[in-house]
Amino acid sequence: MTYIIKGETGDWELVIGLEVHAQVISNAKLFSGAATVFGAEANTQVSFIDAGFPGMLPTINSVCVEQAVRTGLGLKAKINKRSVFARKNYFYADLPQGYQISQFDLPIIGEGEIILDLPDGTSRTVGIERLHLEQDAGKSVHDQHPSKSFIDLNRSGVALMEIVSKPDMRTPEEAGAYLRKLRAILRYLETCDGNMDEGSMRCDVNVSVRKAGEPYRTRCEIKNVNSVRFVMQAIEIEAKRHVEVYESGGDIVQETRLFDPSRGETRSMRSKEHAHDYRYFPDPDLLPLEFDDAFVEAIRATLPELPDEKKARFVETYGMTGYDAGVLVMEKETAAYFEEAAKGRDGKQVANWLITTLFGGLNKKGLSITESPISPAQLGQLVDLVNDNTISGRLAKDVFEIMLEEGKDPAVIVEERGMKQVTDTGAIEAACDAVIAANPEKAQDVRDGKEKLIAWFIGQVMKATQGKANPGMLQEILKKKLLG
Amino acid sequence: MTSLLDLSLAEARDGLRAKDFTAVELTDAYLGMVEKHRGLNAYITETPDLAREQAKAADAALAAGTAGAMAGIPVGIKDLFCTEGVLTTAASHILDGFKPPYESTVSANLKKAGAVMLGKLNLDEFAMGGSNQTSYYGPAKNPWKAEGSDADLVPGGSSGGSAAAVSARMALAATGTDTGGSIRQPAAYCGITGIKPTYGRCSRFGIIAYASSLDQAGPMTRTVRDAAIMLGSMAGFDPKDSTSADIALPDFEAALTGDIRSLKIGIPQEYRPEGLDPEINALWDKGIDMLKAAGAEVVDISLPHTKYALATYYIIAPAEASSNLARYDGLRFGLRVEGKTLDEMYARTRAAGFGEEVQRRILMGTYVLSAGYYDAYYLKAQRVRARIAEDFRNAFKTVDVILTPTAPTPAFGIGANMDDPIAMYLNDVFTVPTSLAGLPGLSVPVGLSSTGLPLGLQLIGRPFDEETVLRAGDVLEKAAGFSAVPSLVKG
Repeated sequence: MTYIIKGETGDWELVIGLEVHAQVISNAKLFSGAATVFGAEANTQVSFIDAGFPGMLPTINSVCVEQAVRTGLGLKAKINKRSVFARKNYFYADLPQGYQISQFDLPIIGEGEIILDLPDGTSRTVGIERLHLEQDAGKSVHDQHPSKSFIDLNRSGVALMEIVSKPDMRTPEEAGAYLRKLRAILRYLETCDGNMDEGSMRCDVNVSVRKAGEPYRTRCEIKNVNSVRFVMQAIEIEAKRHVEVYESGGDIVQETRLFDPSRGETRSMRSKEHAHDYRYFPDPDLLPLEFDDAFVEAIRATLPELPDEKKARFVETYGMTGYDAGVLVMEKETAAYFEEAAKGRDGKQVANWLITTLFGGLNKKGLSITESPISPAQLGQLVDLVNDNTISGRLAKDVFEIMLEEGKDPAVIVEERGMKQVTDTGAIEAACDAVIAANPEKAQDVRDGKEKLIAWFIGQVMKATQGKANPGMLQEILKKKLLG
Repeated sequence: MTSLLDLSLAEARDGLRAKDFTAVELTDAYLGMVEKHRGLNAYITETPDLAREQAKAADAALAAGTAGAMAGIPVGIKDLFCTEGVLTTAASHILDGFKPPYESTVSANLKKAGAVMLGKLNLDEFAMGGSNQTSYYGPAKNPWKAEGSDADLVPGGSSGGSAAAVSARMALAATGTDTGGSIRQPAAYCGITGIKPTYGRCSRFGIIAYASSLDQAGPMTRTVRDAAIMLGSMAGFDPKDSTSADIALPDFEAALTGDIRSLKIGIPQEYRPEGLDPEINALWDKGIDMLKAAGAEVVDISLPHTKYALATYYIIAPAEASSNLARYDGLRFGLRVEGKTLDEMYARTRAAGFGEEVQRRILMGTYVLSAGYYDAYYLKAQRVRARIAEDFRNAFKTVDVILTPTAPTPAFGIGANMDDPIAMYLNDVFTVPTSLAGLPGLSVPVGLSSTGLPLGLQLIGRPFDEETVLRAGDVLEKAAGFSAVPSLVKG
């Protein structure tokens, strides 16, 4: 897949790298015992450590370390058994210590990779540069008072994993696929809930453009883009801006920008005079973070099957296409639903029902797979009813709609509403005879060679039987009666 | 009641247990001295009501037989330790009105052991200084005066209030903190004993940070035995401080066997620079002879990187301080000077709240960490620091303890050196290397200068070998027989 911006001076290629801040799933913060529940009342989840009180000291929460290692293993990355926490110094009202404890030159996780599944069925590997642990800052609230800002420190000190990709992406679609895949991996690992609406996964986008064969040009960083769609839009808009600047003889300056989706533009966030010198240095309050192979292996032993492996297994076991498998494994809940529904059944058929019918139905009702009124067993039963000719495929769709509304077993619905397929030859023959008798001219037309009209006859008989006639038998009987 | 005030901590402990007197009596005696010598400005905050309450509790515990090692001992707490519900200032304007809702681990340990808190002791602002003159609350004064002079002298610093209080019997003992010499140098200036333990021996939790990789709490007392007793109650592993050492706490007092036969004492040639006060040289030689006479073996050693220690310290300590002090921003506690913008509020608050020396060190620290200077200053300083530590490691392959002077001069006059920060920094020249190496260092009063001012010698030990340091210190103390007291105590 290629994505080229056609400029006046030729074709431009995009170079994209993403920095994702993923909030670690843990009960307590990275360096304090305070809780991390989202949406709590302002300043109720704050310890004196998080509030930067005099004499307070950080101590590492080992759960957060385990979660980072777990994520590193999920990204097939190098695990650094020795890493160092450093202070990133800057003043801001929601940064109580006056510095953020982060990792700088020695992060806990080194190089890894993510395999992207692209819509055209191809896949592409994007490198991970590093993952490091750091504290989140608090939140400034500017709209509660005419002249003052309010500060909520609930988020202050919450553990984040900053996951930095290599500049390996070349299209907005790849960036979207990267985010979706990273989110899937984090959710499989249960190290981050991946909820971009609540800010537990936030994305900074680095974009530059270049002509084919050129080295990288200057990049701009677009901060805090909070949905996959906005990430893709922001890339497109920023890349176009770069091309326009270059082609009008200008130069791009390295800077931080903000994406404004309502105006469809990016804006410069910080002027040069305010460029930060973060004065990173190793935090003297914390010893280097060290662990051994046994620690890593104990975590490895508890890793779940991850999306890529699951996808391969689905293709192999159920004979479905890579694309379908990719769709099913994107959310681990969907994959689990599928596997339960497919138990002892034709997986391909179940996958088809799931992807084309169930997804559509849930989507219409605004429900997620875990909220589905139809259980995996019920979806499987529906497939069974079609396969054993209890209902026709056409009626099965109706049964599905009723299931979606009522949540009943399909067999019960078929029984209650008399939707069982008619396979009694005599009954079908009688219905055919009645329709032929009522339409002698059309029957003659068929005999005279207008065989297409048979379909019309099928429709009439179906109507007469409320759709319950077995379509195969009906066609056979009609043909015999009309054409001999 | 003066007899009560003459008791050492060990003697007072024994007297309390023997019911010779009560903790309330002992506390009242000290509260009387606190009031009497208020002019020394040793205390920033006095807590007499709390002290009497704690003394009563100590008496009850003594009667019940549940008393801890420090039960009923009236101590002063350096005002760098956060004390729950009691004003804690770090001697800075910026912490105006700050009453911590928590207790530092060290002061909590002392409380648990039954100690009675008389109040919060004066210090250099944020422990930055060597003469107690940078305190927002004014300088504490040395109870000693040079013979024939009435001029006020500095008590040293930063734990100047602690040293002055113990020396003037306004506290039986006090806590200090030492980053580059802040326990040992004032102890020497005021004729008392002070030990900076190994980095990691005492928890830093709840101690207002100056330079995190160097700060260490320790006792300031009248005798080496007192220091051993009090250190045992202050120290210990604390899970709330990641740099606290998870190793067993020895019985420091039991280490004072009085026997230093065959102990190897190192004498570093680099601590005898040209131009060193002959009096200090002579005192050092006297100390060497005393240890020799007690059966120790004296060995000449070399600590070749000593000359870089002061410069290294004045890069690393301000670097850490510049970051540690960023939290004093006027937002959540202490002083706030309003401004039209957030940046203006920061600037006004910090300009008004921090004194000149603190501002100087924040600026130096910010500079050495800045892009383009980090490698040349901070990183290089860290490498030199490693060399200095290596010097000591090498030396301790052949010796058990090192003897040096504590400070290059006796106490100087209040007002001196105030316009010359470099001259002021030179007071730390003998104490800073130990701090950079994280080693235990003890200052013991050994003699008087020709002007009648106390002089101290420093004993430096291996990491977590405070026992040997205290044992040698105890012998040195006994041999020196230092019994002089400031005239205001005599009077």
